[in-house]
Amino acid sequence: MKAAVVVFPGLNRDRDMIAALTKIGGEAPAVVWHKDAEFPKVDLIVIPGGFSYGDYLRAGAIAARSPLMETIRARAAQGVRVLGVCNGFQILTEAQLLPGVLMRNASLRFVCREVKLKVENAATDFTRGYSAGQIIRCPVAHHDGNYFADAETLARVEGNGQVAFRYAEGTNPNGSINDIAGVFSADRNVLGLMPHPENLIEAAHGGTDGRALFSALLQLAA
Amino acid sequence: MSFNNHVVITPQLVADHGLKLDEYQKILKLIGRAPTYTELGIFSAMWNEHCSYKSSKKWLRTLPTTGQLVIQGPGENAGVVDIGDGQAVVFKMESHNHPSYIEPYQGAATGVGGILRDVFTMGARPVAVMNALRFGAPEHEKTRHLVSGVVAGIGGYGNSFGVPTVGGEVEFDARYNGNILVNAFAAGLADTDKIFYSKARGVGQPVVYLGAKTGRDGVGGATMASAEFGDEIEEKRPTVQVGDPFTEKRLLEACLELMATGAVIAIQDMGAAGLTSSSVEMGAKGDLGIELDLDQVPTREDGMTPYEMMLSESQERMLMVLHPEKEAEARAVFDKWELDFATVGRTTDDLRFRVLWKGEEVANLPIKDLGDQAPEYDRPWSVPGMPRPLDPDDIPQMDLADALLRLLASPALSSRRWVYEQYDTLIQGNTVQRPGGDAGVIRVEGHATKALAFSSDVTPRYCEADPYEGGKQAVAECWRNLTATGADPIAATDNLNFGNPERPEIMGQLVHAIKGIGEACRALHFPIVSGNVSLYNETNGRGIMPTPTIGGVGLIPDWSKMARAAFAAEGEAILLFGAPDWWGTHLGQSVYLAQLFGRRDGTPPPVDLDHERKVGDLVRILIRDGVATAVHDLSDGGLAVGLAEMAMASGIGATINQLDGGDPIPLFFGEDQGRYLVTMQRDALETFYDEVYPYAGVFAPWIGNTGGTTLTLGEARPVPLTELRAAYEGWFPEYMKGEIS
Repeated sequence: MKAAVVVFPGLNRDRDMIAALTKIGGEAPAVVWHKDAEFPKVDLIVIPGGFSYGDYLRAGAIAARSPLMETIRARAAQGVRVLGVCNGFQILTEAQLLPGVLMRNASLRFVCREVKLKVENAATDFTRGYSAGQIIRCPVAHHDGNYFADAETLARVEGNGQVAFRYAEGTNPNGSINDIAGVFSADRNVLGLMPHPENLIEAAHGGTDGRALFSALLQLAA
Repeated sequence: MSFNNHVVITPQLVADHGLKLDEYQKILKLIGRAPTYTELGIFSAMWNEHCSYKSSKKWLRTLPTTGQLVIQGPGENAGVVDIGDGQAVVFKMESHNHPSYIEPYQGAATGVGGILRDVFTMGARPVAVMNALRFGAPEHEKTRHLVSGVVAGIGGYGNSFGVPTVGGEVEFDARYNGNILVNAFAAGLADTDKIFYSKARGVGQPVVYLGAKTGRDGVGGATMASAEFGDEIEEKRPTVQVGDPFTEKRLLEACLELMATGAVIAIQDMGAAGLTSSSVEMGAKGDLGIELDLDQVPTREDGMTPYEMMLSESQERMLMVLHPEKEAEARAVFDKWELDFATVGRTTDDLRFRVLWKGEEVANLPIKDLGDQAPEYDRPWSVPGMPRPLDPDDIPQMDLADALLRLLASPALSSRRWVYEQYDTLIQGNTVQRPGGDAGVIRVEGHATKALAFSSDVTPRYCEADPYEGGKQAVAECWRNLTATGADPIAATDNLNFGNPERPEIMGQLVHAIKGIGEACRALHFPIVSGNVSLYNETNGRGIMPTPTIGGVGLIPDWSKMARAAFAAEGEAILLFGAPDWWGTHLGQSVYLAQLFGRRDGTPPPVDLDHERKVGDLVRILIRDGVATAVHDLSDGGLAVGLAEMAMASGIGATINQLDGGDPIPLFFGEDQGRYLVTMQRDALETFYDEVYPYAGVFAPWIGNTGGTTLTLGEARPVPLTELRAAYEGWFPEYMKGEIS
């Protein structure tokens, strides 16, 4: 599977993401600058974490309205898999490619620590490397990860199996409703999550629980 | 907009610029006429303490700054040290004390921004930061607000920029009530053949302005930072700069891309005294003049006067001298990152610093006298008075287990988790030891096994009691913390925070601390390659405790063999390395006396540098040979606190024997230097004691074993780890919630 990592100015976990994809897939992903005229033909588009445009209006708000997002929206509609991590998740919700919003953490403070995640739906291209109900370790690092959706949206997301990961064992770091850490689009080809699986993929990270997400994706036939 | 560059220079105006009368006389003699208003501003910016080091230079020269691995010592934006394989670590520590007290969020944020710029100006990509913070007493009315603002500001800037925070210090003491300390450290990696310097070369080369626009923020900041505080401090708020980490991140990427094109001859970031000091520095170092045309400077607002433009400390700006034939290529890089790019001047051969504005020459000054030939003082200093040693019959008693729990729950020793969880400690994916241990460690990207360790240390209590021993101890503890991970300490940076140097007793503290630092650095082969001096940390005549912060860097050949402070397994032997033959009982100036009894008496523990080196070298070998399974240095709180920290980090308890007959309080809370706790597997003990110990010349008694879920210190009540953790983790969050004062 061919992957591309999208870079908006202010994103800063692009290097972490490129390193993870390269180490796990054995091949460096394409790197797409937000103003590049051509978007390569790929099977997986990744929007990494960071502070696109400084998060100056709202986290992800400016990047979500950039021309490049229209290309990504079109590719997603064609079934291309799109993964947004942290700021990437915020951008995808701002672009309404994913349901819900991400508000300021309940503590009002940035939080960087390790949490536990429960894999809610393992029957997708993204999560098939895990088993349903499995508890994994994963670090978080964000200021605006407090997931929220109105009652109707939340009922649909929950009822439709769109919750990908939930904070488990009392480790919800930000006040997210229903402990939601990551959600799928209705078609299951777009995933956004606040935690950083790319920072837990090798011995030096103290664990490899994040690896299965990428290896499952990268092993898919295009 | 009217601007009169030829106002009459009155004694009051001179004083408002922080210049002394004799300094003004020197200016008159130097230029043979009265300065213009802009020129007076330029002199005040260049000759203030912050930029000129005029009180400290004489003593800083005595520090060891060279070594086999040192590529660049003090005098550039940051120090550069060879780490092999064609790579170098570039690092420095710098204070942002005064602004952080006035406006904690922006003051601290721009402190981080400034130190990051110092590092990437030299061509290095920042890979780690640390912050050494000192606040007033917890019960002081401003402390909570300052902690909250400073920590959020550091996080807000560093997290957005994208560099991991791997260590630091947070301390409280009433002596910082009116002057907090924010010392920011940054390190980056560069190729040894691609280091960039500030020395301009070539006459008639374009001087190019890059980055953010110039605004009115920070005008006079460096001068403000060179004065004491009085009661009118709130009025100084406009002298604090405002940070924009998004622009800084783009500036980083743009600078590194630009450097790769080969266009850059010289580069200097605009830090303190902005455009003035960056252009003077580049010209003076290159023995060249500089001519600036202010009409070309990108400004944020209309009607800025030349005086404001020259003194603005707007952030995220760089000045470069570029190869003219590469200008178009350079401009394209900055267009890509949507940053300002403007040719604002040229280098000249007349050694003058000339500033043009709307066709008028508003300043024309000798560049060397502004820069590397600025005034220098040999200020009078007095020999610090020494405290009397602690009377061994005057040791206050407390139940040992209670004392340990109270210390772990004290402002001095409680967990700093509340602070470091607000910093991104993982970004870049190379962090192998996060804050909370002896030192932060990151992998060197692109190398299979190499890693760098970082630690920041000083014990102001010791420095106050004996500046010379305190200076030595700061270096030794930093060296020891790096060693405890298995690193070779390779070089350090110093951030010397003191009161008003015009008072001989303060100058005496500075002189003696520098002597102690120099002696320790020489003995431990730990050169100082960069640094910063922050003086006038005083409010209404009362100075801070002398605080010479040392930021050290160590090199680990193979991170898979590094040591951590957490106990590795149950049933291992615990050895006390470097102990004097009675384990150590020095309670003078200890945390035990200070936190539990409010006593600041006795002499600080002396540092025996030969012994320090011998013990450290042995511990490092044992780590690399895989014999030492966990290692922790002993410092504040002594043996009891060191053991508790190892136990809490691992979830494994320990039982410690007790020496016969001695008073357990000094044994468990004494702060004797040069000691490490080291664990080994039981079956490695015999080999160690038979084959290594007889030749080591280091006392290393086996004092107990790991295991269980309690910590048992001699005959004291066993304390469950859950109780230790509750005490240790509780204080900070409860304090910040306002539940305790």
